[in-house]
Amino acid sequence: MPNREQLKQRALKAVNKPAAIGTDIDLGQFDQSPVEHRPLGHDELLSLPAIEKQRLLMAGIDVTESERSGTYIQKDTSVVRCGTKQEGIEVLPIKKALEKYDWIWDYYWKLVAVDADKYTAAVELNLHDGYVIRALPGAKSIYPVQACLYLDKQNLQQNVHNIIIAEEDSELHIITGCSTSPHMTRGAHVGISEFFVKKNAKLSFTMIHNWAEDMAVRPRSVARVEEGGLFLNNYVCMKPVRSLQMYPTTHLVGDNAVARFYSIIVGSPGSEYDVGGRVYLKKPGTRAEIVARTISNGGKIIARGHLIGEVPDIKAHLECKGLILNGGIIHAIPELEGHADGVEMSHEAAVGKIAAEEIAYLMSRGLSEDEATATIVRGFLSVDIPGLPPQLKAEIDRAVEQSDKTVM
Amino acid sequence: MLLIEDLEVELAGKKILKHIDLEIKPGETHILFGPNGSGKTSLLMTIMGYPQYKVTGGKIMFKGVDITHLPINERAKLGIGMAYQRPPTIHGVKTHQMVKICAQDREVDVLELARRVNFQDFLDRDVNAGFSGGEIKRSELLQLMAQNPDLMLFDEPESGVDMENISLVGQTIARLLQKECTPTDIKSMLQVKRERTKMGLIITHTGHILEYVNADKGQVLFDGVLSCSDNPRGILQCISEMGYEECVRCQIANN
Repeated sequence: MPNREQLKQRALKAVNKPAAIGTDIDLGQFDQSPVEHRPLGHDELLSLPAIEKQRLLMAGIDVTESERSGTYIQKDTSVVRCGTKQEGIEVLPIKKALEKYDWIWDYYWKLVAVDADKYTAAVELNLHDGYVIRALPGAKSIYPVQACLYLDKQNLQQNVHNIIIAEEDSELHIITGCSTSPHMTRGAHVGISEFFVKKNAKLSFTMIHNWAEDMAVRPRSVARVEEGGLFLNNYVCMKPVRSLQMYPTTHLVGDNAVARFYSIIVGSPGSEYDVGGRVYLKKPGTRAEIVARTISNGGKIIARGHLIGEVPDIKAHLECKGLILNGGIIHAIPELEGHADGVEMSHEAAVGKIAAEEIAYLMSRGLSEDEATATIVRGFLSVDIPGLPPQLKAEIDRAVEQSDKTVM
Repeated sequence: MLLIEDLEVELAGKKILKHIDLEIKPGETHILFGPNGSGKTSLLMTIMGYPQYKVTGGKIMFKGVDITHLPINERAKLGIGMAYQRPPTIHGVKTHQMVKICAQDREVDVLELARRVNFQDFLDRDVNAGFSGGEIKRSELLQLMAQNPDLMLFDEPESGVDMENISLVGQTIARLLQKECTPTDIKSMLQVKRERTKMGLIITHTGHILEYVNADKGQVLFDGVLSCSDNPRGILQCISEMGYEECVRCQIANN
């Protein structure tokens, strides 16, 4: 562990440093002490209580593991299941990786700064665990790898650090769900994620959040995409959360690298979501697209997007559409920054309501007003995501379907 | 049967339809002529039940039910359907889903229906998203085929349709309105015709549709008033020779 001590020193200096944006969370109010849970076998996973299985399912986790290449489940601070079924795809807990492998030090805290804010500092100073998922060169995941960060203990602050590596020419699909026990209402989740997409690799990362009403959530993630690589990042959050703030950043550092971000957020009353995506286009031929669909159902949503074109011959587009259905606030902040001649960047932002004309049109085909509204909302939230495996498309559709009841 | 009696309609506080009387019997198709802004689309939207078209007098009866103040979807359930001239785009709703919505509880072969209007390549596209004028007409016809209403309202079904598709559109409308019927071994032509139930009201500017649909009656709507009711070909000929100016004279004579 060559520089762990240095990292800790830097983290210590940042323990009280507020984040650049978002409500400041008093981390002192949460408990960070470890909570032991024993590992679960495949059969035990299958025989979990129905209500817990449902929570996992809603976060995209298939307990049968049949259409998954690998599984990582962390309950509170303990890894309860971790393994892979496919050659060339590795899934391991980060604490184990830090103990056993030197290569992890080429990735650990290489993209996210340990002293970025008090949340990054907290994770380094009291790391619970997290996953390392790696596709070896040329490996292609047949089924997605699933990862779940589950909170069970009331008032716990879960600190995780994840590293995802798609080696050259590999193809890796990950679905990650965050969820809480039915009885849990209050807690915090702080998660660091560092993504490495190497030459000509393809990584899709689909995250579904199912938090409890009184949760504070502060993910911190940065991705680096090399020449010809593709990073597809999908985010779905349909459930209430006290305060969620994240601004994942991607650096396109190789020629023709591509990043595409899609997010679908339904904001419930009493919830605050400050989410966005930021992409630096640093090499010719790079492309970026950020698409956000937000519905406020009484919550507050800040939808950010920031595209930075540093060289000529890049192309980037930002699309942010919001519907206010039952009160609340949607604040769209699209930003474009061109630093050279020959950049091609655009954005489209709209915040509004459902057009009466569309409702009437559907009613004239026989739908009731409520059915017509639901159909339009479902359509609004259904974004075509090219390159997403069918299982993951199905998970997103399921999460959206489920939200119908909340939205209406 | 559709029966409209002394109908008066306002749009945004302005009277746009006055003293409309109209009767369409089962099996009948009427053609609605009139210059731009005369109220043709407004009449169709009022029959369909768009709430911004406020009925201030008279009534609309359909199949013996007073539908004057029924919401749109209940009129649709009673058997009224419309092919729009400029329908809205519904993002994220695919055309094939829309066809299923139109069919409600009935089983339909979406692909087979789409083939009939040469629209199979559009089924995975969002409804009306980026459709050309002609594509919109075919999409609307596809939806009506699935919906299969008894009274069909067509708002300029041939406008923007290219020569190649005009006969396809015309024949599809004729079939929907049971205007293409043939006698069978058991039933004579007269019997088949008498058993027709579908009713149609078609807005046209060019009259091209008359080449495909054997319409029963023509009506001219001028300045919110139905001013003429005659053989549709006769009306078309009159309008093309003398223009709508003549309608003004007829109207004055009527009063």
